[in-house]
Amino acid sequence: MKALDILRTAIGNSFRSRLRTTLTVIAIFIGAFTLTITNGLGTGINNYIDTQVSAVGAPDVMTVTKPTETATTSDGPQKYDPDAASTISSGTGQPGATVVALTDDDITAIGAIDGITSVEPIVRVSPDYVSWGDNDKFVLSLSALGGRVAVDLAAGSGFTSDSTTAEIILPTDYIEPMGFADYDSAIGQQVTIGITDALREQHTVTATIVGVQEPTLFGTTATLNDTLTTELFDAQSTGLPASSTEEFASAVAHFDPASTDQEVSTIKKDLTAAGYSGTTVSDQIGTFQTVIDGIILVLNAFAVIALLAAGFGIVNTLLMSVQERTREIGLMKAMGMSGSRIFALFSAEAVFIGFLGSAIGSAVGIALGSVISSVLANGFLSGLVGLQLIAFTPISIISVILLVMAIALVAAVLPAAKAARQSPIDSLRYE
Amino acid sequence: MTPSALSTSDLRKHYGSGSTRFEALKGVSLDIAEGESVAIVGKSGSGKSTLMHILALLDAPSGGSVMIDGTDASTLRGRRLNELRNRTFGFVFQQFFLTPNASVLENVMLPLKIARVGSRERKRRAHEALQLLELDDKARNKATDLSGGQKQRVVIARALVNNPRIIFADEPTGNLDSATGAVVEDLLFDLNRTKGITLVIVTHDEELAARADRRIYLRDGLVVDAIDVHAPASEAVGA
Ligand SMILES: Nc1ncnc2c1ncn2[C@@H]1O[C@H](COP(=O)(O)OP(=O)(O)O)[C@@H](O)[C@H]1O
Ligand SMILES: [Mg+2]
Repeated sequence: MKALDILRTAIGNSFRSRLRTTLTVIAIFIGAFTLTITNGLGTGINNYIDTQVSAVGAPDVMTVTKPTETATTSDGPQKYDPDAASTISSGTGQPGATVVALTDDDITAIGAIDGITSVEPIVRVSPDYVSWGDNDKFVLSLSALGGRVAVDLAAGSGFTSDSTTAEIILPTDYIEPMGFADYDSAIGQQVTIGITDALREQHTVTATIVGVQEPTLFGTTATLNDTLTTELFDAQSTGLPASSTEEFASAVAHFDPASTDQEVSTIKKDLTAAGYSGTTVSDQIGTFQTVIDGIILVLNAFAVIALLAAGFGIVNTLLMSVQERTREIGLMKAMGMSGSRIFALFSAEAVFIGFLGSAIGSAVGIALGSVISSVLANGFLSGLVGLQLIAFTPISIISVILLVMAIALVAAVLPAAKAARQSPIDSLRYE
Repeated sequence: MTPSALSTSDLRKHYGSGSTRFEALKGVSLDIAEGESVAIVGKSGSGKSTLMHILALLDAPSGGSVMIDGTDASTLRGRRLNELRNRTFGFVFQQFFLTPNASVLENVMLPLKIARVGSRERKRRAHEALQLLELDDKARNKATDLSGGQKQRVVIARALVNNPRIIFADEPTGNLDSATGAVVEDLLFDLNRTKGITLVIVTHDEELAARADRRIYLRDGLVVDAIDVHAPASEAVGA
């Protein structure tokens, strides 16, 4: 028998006992459907995180802090040392978490580490409001990641590099309330930012809108360029003693964007040796992704268990099929069909059943997943623009189908071998 | 003398072992010439089917040898054996062994499919065989929808579609009434006469056996000169 004839005959045979084939296909369908959905969930969430990472981007930036040494030990309270550097609220991390403040000396020391091209302190400014013209004033919250990162813009072209004018990128949901007609008309407009100093006196600073930004995983925050941050910091620090303006919670260190992961980890090691701690954006997001991957792995494991159960269904179906077709097998052997071709015939039947179940499972999974994900994207998850909760890649669909076909092939070995071994005379006896 | 198509010498076959050991063939030597029609006659249990299976290379003897075209059959294996079975033999059994749900045409094409004949050629030859048996109008029907006589004619079409040199028929009329049985008998002997196909018919029916060129009588696994199959009437039933 030619390979094509074997395939055709096998497909025909699988339709000969429709009920049995249907039941087996349903079992496979359930497994393949689940696997498609869980894989899609993993792909969707990780895609989103990836675009977020490239949105907050900054592959060449790490945040450097100086952790307190007592943070990890618990042998009673630490003795007060008047000569020790003062601690400062880090502003990031858990509320109340403190890090040792960085001084100008620390900044120089960090800059001296191999691989770091430049380092700037991160100053924290807390503006009160932002407004445009005579329109309403709105509370302004700022991105914790500072102004050096590339963002996913809905309009505008972003910060001009080395600009000496104050620039701001606003989140999309500020635009309409502030009185702009649409995103594009906001670009290039001057906004007023109010900020209060230590003496409770309010100052205003003006800035140009250079971009409108989609909300990110980090919430709806505005991003400022260095010039604007400095202007705001100066306004905020009016009347403060100089020493308190020369201490920083953290610094941003730049390194060569072309650095390999190995080089980046060397920089981190050097920082640790010098008593600092460096975290890149992908470090922060990577832990998040690891958790997601773990959850997806567990879900996938359940789907694979379902598929293994379906595999036994295939074994059962084929054994019955071999039993039923004993005489047909005997006749084919009497007519000169080789055992290996009989084996191929039954294996092909199993693989076809596997293909049928997994193709239908994947197709329904894709259809249902897309519907769920677009319903969620317009409802419950509408705040997270760009999040396609369940996404599909051709590779993952094809690998689900191939995996199921492989399981089916393994399941076919026992029944197909039984058929191939059958002796023609035993099947042709009719006493 | 015509060359021999099949010959055996001192063929033995036993089933089981120890206390259940049963000698089905106890030393059978025979010679079947090319183009001959031979009836293997004997009572039920005399070893006719066992002998036929060994002659058709479907089973291996426990002792003795089968020669086909001058080759010892025990030396044939794997691919050569399968090709020989496919090209040389055609089978007609008491039961039809037609694939249910498949069309008559599909059933007839099976040996050609196994022989890897292309699909167009396959159809042409199957229709030809069906025409010969006046069944071409039933080609699209399901095999299970036919009458007994029609089914056996489909089986004969299947047996001769690959132009075999030898057709083995084991009780070919056992399942048919005498009128349709006679039609099937005519068909088989006609093929033998017109196409020169060697015919080996296994039967316990003396009348059918009488139509063959030669009869080989079997009793308890041995060839005998002649037996009276009708002697104890009660035993002359079954296959
Ligand atoms: N597979 C087998 N195992 C044991 N005994 C068998 C087997 N096949 C046939 N026999 C025995 O061998 C004898 C001959 O059988 P068979 O060749 O089928 O006879 P016939 O076709 O003449 O009726 C019978 O007694 C039968 O019971
Ligand atoms: Mg018999």
